[in-house]
Amino acid sequence: MSAGPPDVPAPVDESDRLEIAGRSFSSRLILGTGGFVNHELLAAACREARAELCTVALRRLDPSTPGSILDVLDEAGVAVLPNTAGCFTAREAFGTDWLKLEVIGDDRTLLPDAVELVAAAEELVDDGFIVLPYTTDDPVLARRLQDIGCAAVMPLGSPIGSGMGICNPYNLSIIVEYAEVPVILDAGVGTASDAALAMELGCDAVLCASAISRAHDAAAMARAIRLGVDAGRLAFGAGRIPRRRYAQASTPMAGLPALGPSS
Amino acid sequence: MNATVNGEARVLPAGATVASVLVLLDVAPDARGIAVAVDGEVVSRSRWDATALHDGSTVEVVTAIGGG
Repeated sequence: MSAGPPDVPAPVDESDRLEIAGRSFSSRLILGTGGFVNHELLAAACREARAELCTVALRRLDPSTPGSILDVLDEAGVAVLPNTAGCFTAREAFGTDWLKLEVIGDDRTLLPDAVELVAAAEELVDDGFIVLPYTTDDPVLARRLQDIGCAAVMPLGSPIGSGMGICNPYNLSIIVEYAEVPVILDAGVGTASDAALAMELGCDAVLCASAISRAHDAAAMARAIRLGVDAGRLAFGAGRIPRRRYAQASTPMAGLPALGPSS
Repeated sequence: MNATVNGEARVLPAGATVASVLVLLDVAPDARGIAVAVDGEVVSRSRWDATALHDGSTVEVVTAIGGG
């Protein structure tokens, strides 16, 4: 790994933890493992992101692929969050009931199919899965998913892999306001400031894949986005000042000496 | 007998089981993160040895990859 800036201690209070379905995490950055060129880069990104939870996908076994991604994630000490495709096989393969539910409704935008999403979430919750659904940034849909028993909601900021950031901060803030389960921003992050904004708006965590795995320097971007998440979380807790139309002097006017020529 | 394994047509010896298909695919019996479904039903690891395949069986062997 190239020499980076000196290590910055985790700025966020250790007692400030992310709780999902009875499990507790100190990291609020969830790493998606898609798009890494090799396992070494993934391992470096896990480390720099301080990830404790990583998504994985299930696909047909290809005997020519060397090494298992699970060994990399094990080594990094992270838990896996399998993506939907073949959820019953996921339960068998990983011994986990946790599931990221993704029901894509359109090939170009990869936007969720809201109607099918609710139906699938309901069925999986009934089957005993801990369901974390990828959803649009629709506050009503997010509330429906929460009401049927999803363990978290994962609204997009913008389409998967688009790097457009958070297109509708208003919707996201309403989702946060209504939510009684954790809100995890799940798509669209392009760089650290997007992750910071999500956290400033009150999201509980950020899930990030492409912005890290496809960055020129994945490990450095993992670190940057982690610091963005931490900064945003701190700022959210600290409470930002309201936006104003006009200036408000930070220096008191009282006691201003009369030094200029008087008229 | 004829079976379909991960989308490919295969001719398997009579009496082939899930375990023998995994040998064909070079999967060690203790390999992690592997799941098998036969004709759409998950076959748990403890039943790999005992689960016999039939002519026309469709076998899916899946594992974790980067993504999600």
